[in-house]
Amino acid sequence: MSLGTEQRPFDPTDLRATGSARWADPLFRTISFAAGISVLLVLGLMIGSTTLDALPVFQYQGLVSFFTTSEWNAGSSRNELTGTYGAFAFIYGTLISSLIAIMIALPLSIAVSLYINRIAPKRFRTTLAYTVELLAAVPSVVYGLWGLLSFTPAVLLPVSRFLSGYLGDVPVIGRIFEGPVPNTNYFIAGNVLAIMILPIITAIAREVMAQTPADQIDAAYGMGATDWEVMRKVILRRSFPGIVGASMLGLGRALGETIAVAMLIGGQQRWGISIFFAGQSMAGHIASTFQDAAPETVNALIAVGVGLFVITVIVNMLARVLVWRIGRVAGDAAL
Amino acid sequence: MTDPDPESALDARPGLQKRTVYEMGTAPVSAEVGAAVFDVEHVDVRYGGNLAVRDISLRIPKGEITALIGPSGCGKSTLLRCLNRMNDLIDGASVEGSIFYHGENIYAPEVDPAEVRRRIGMVFQKPNPFAISIYDNVAFGPRLHGLKKGLDDRVEKALRQAALWDEVKDKLNDSGLALSGGQQQRLCIARAVALEPDVILMDEPASALDPISTLAIEDLMRQLRGHFSIVIVTHNMQQAARVSDRTAFFTVDMQKGIRVGELVEYDRTETIFTNAGDERTEAYITGRFG
Ligand SMILES: Nc1ncnc2c1ncn2[C@@H]1O[C@H](COP(=O)(O)OP(=O)(O)OP(=O)(O)O)[C@@H](O)[C@H]1O
Ligand SMILES: [Mg+2]
Repeated sequence: MSLGTEQRPFDPTDLRATGSARWADPLFRTISFAAGISVLLVLGLMIGSTTLDALPVFQYQGLVSFFTTSEWNAGSSRNELTGTYGAFAFIYGTLISSLIAIMIALPLSIAVSLYINRIAPKRFRTTLAYTVELLAAVPSVVYGLWGLLSFTPAVLLPVSRFLSGYLGDVPVIGRIFEGPVPNTNYFIAGNVLAIMILPIITAIAREVMAQTPADQIDAAYGMGATDWEVMRKVILRRSFPGIVGASMLGLGRALGETIAVAMLIGGQQRWGISIFFAGQSMAGHIASTFQDAAPETVNALIAVGVGLFVITVIVNMLARVLVWRIGRVAGDAAL
Repeated sequence: MTDPDPESALDARPGLQKRTVYEMGTAPVSAEVGAAVFDVEHVDVRYGGNLAVRDISLRIPKGEITALIGPSGCGKSTLLRCLNRMNDLIDGASVEGSIFYHGENIYAPEVDPAEVRRRIGMVFQKPNPFAISIYDNVAFGPRLHGLKKGLDDRVEKALRQAALWDEVKDKLNDSGLALSGGQQQRLCIARAVALEPDVILMDEPASALDPISTLAIEDLMRQLRGHFSIVIVTHNMQQAARVSDRTAFFTVDMQKGIRVGELVEYDRTETIFTNAGDERTEAYITGRFG
């Protein structure tokens, strides 16, 4: 049975790679391997060199003292350490402003995501989602300026004064809201940070919520659930691990944000319990002092940077563990 | 057009304009059936302006099993979803006409669809348990409506009614998704039953199941008959013949190139299957059509 073409007898060399097939794959493999390695290399070098620079500071000040005391007196020596380097005030400023940010951004993001997913008229949904995402494209220095020049005087200061006036005298929690209310403080930085991390949290929360299977939503409606009950008992419950993960990502952003926070947090190298205290954050302190810093202080600032990196890594790891734990509890509801 | 069989009080009434006259708000009583749970009157359903089913009128008896059969696209699911206002959830769906549930028009403006759905449970074609434990799945409805007293008993009773209790009683805390397809579907039935609804609507509940699970579900329906009124959509003629008391046959009308679902015939199941009044019904049942 001939099909018109001559059937050539089988030649064992037919099975060998020919032409570009012989070198294209190995070449590509080598290039991508190099790319992968170089990322690791850069990261390794960065961690290595900063830690090396920071180590003398940690030794001089004492690791515990560096992280738990708050007296920071920059020295001016060129080749030895003479100052006092307690970074707690900055660590506290970073943590408290980020905490305020996440406490404001999280409920807002959940509400916005639910609105986009379930409530907004269909025609608006994409526009709305896109608009929220656009917030992420605003440069942070613009947030800082806007916060300083309009948002703070128009909204945040009146709100702060109101809160401080009403809650400042309440026993125990009053300490948190104690006045006076300076023009820049933890609370103001936290609020602007909240707007800055809103897009990422909303984007993820929205995505996770949208993945709720339609048939489970129907099942709940079929049992007489109202819209709100469907959102709460089906969509939110199922999206919980994803939302926790999203908040941690947002928190990571907030911890590292520099310029806007430096402009809004206050600038004092001290810390206070009140959310209206004008303090400083780790990144903010580095950014605002490194230019005039003497060599020994540069090392101390690098040590602050290492501390910030460690905190961010810890938050990220916590996020993973949390998502994983909650995911196991909630069955397949994990991401 | 068929003349209503005098034997049957539940006449299919396609196009029948003259209706039994009764006062609004009182349950129409049929001599033979006792009470009707649904009175569907001249219902048209549109999706985004396109007519999907036209002028459906039928009475669904209380405490019995009513099967809706017919070729694909004839509007069985559409009608079923009208009965508990699930169609409200579909964008662009609109319902005209009236559906009386124990004499109350569920499409009246003051009616809360959530209250309707609570009393008229639904089992879907594809098993759709929540990704939570078996117990929580069954308890979902009762918890939703604040029925927290005696919850354990309620869950057990529902699982027994769904013939699932013996299989899951030792693993109530396992995920509902860790069950087989047939078990999941029975879990969904238990979940619907746990609310002690008055009616259960089932849209091809066994179509995703193997023959043994299918028979289990059919057994279950026979046991639930009497406690609940059941309306079932099925593509399986034998299934309709085996389990249902009444059968409604729908078809797709192709006038002017537009496909619209219509009710052809509605009668006792044995009449439909042995002595159909309309040749389209007979053709469909014997497999010459559809
Ligand atoms: N969500 C929807 N949006 C638009 N049109 C729909 C929708 N659901 C159903 N339809 C249309 O309504 C008509 C009836 O559909 P329906 O699903 O009720 O048929 P069915 O009898 O249940 O069919 P099947 O046996 O295939 O399930 C079809 O023409 C279908 O295209
Ligand atoms: Mg269908």
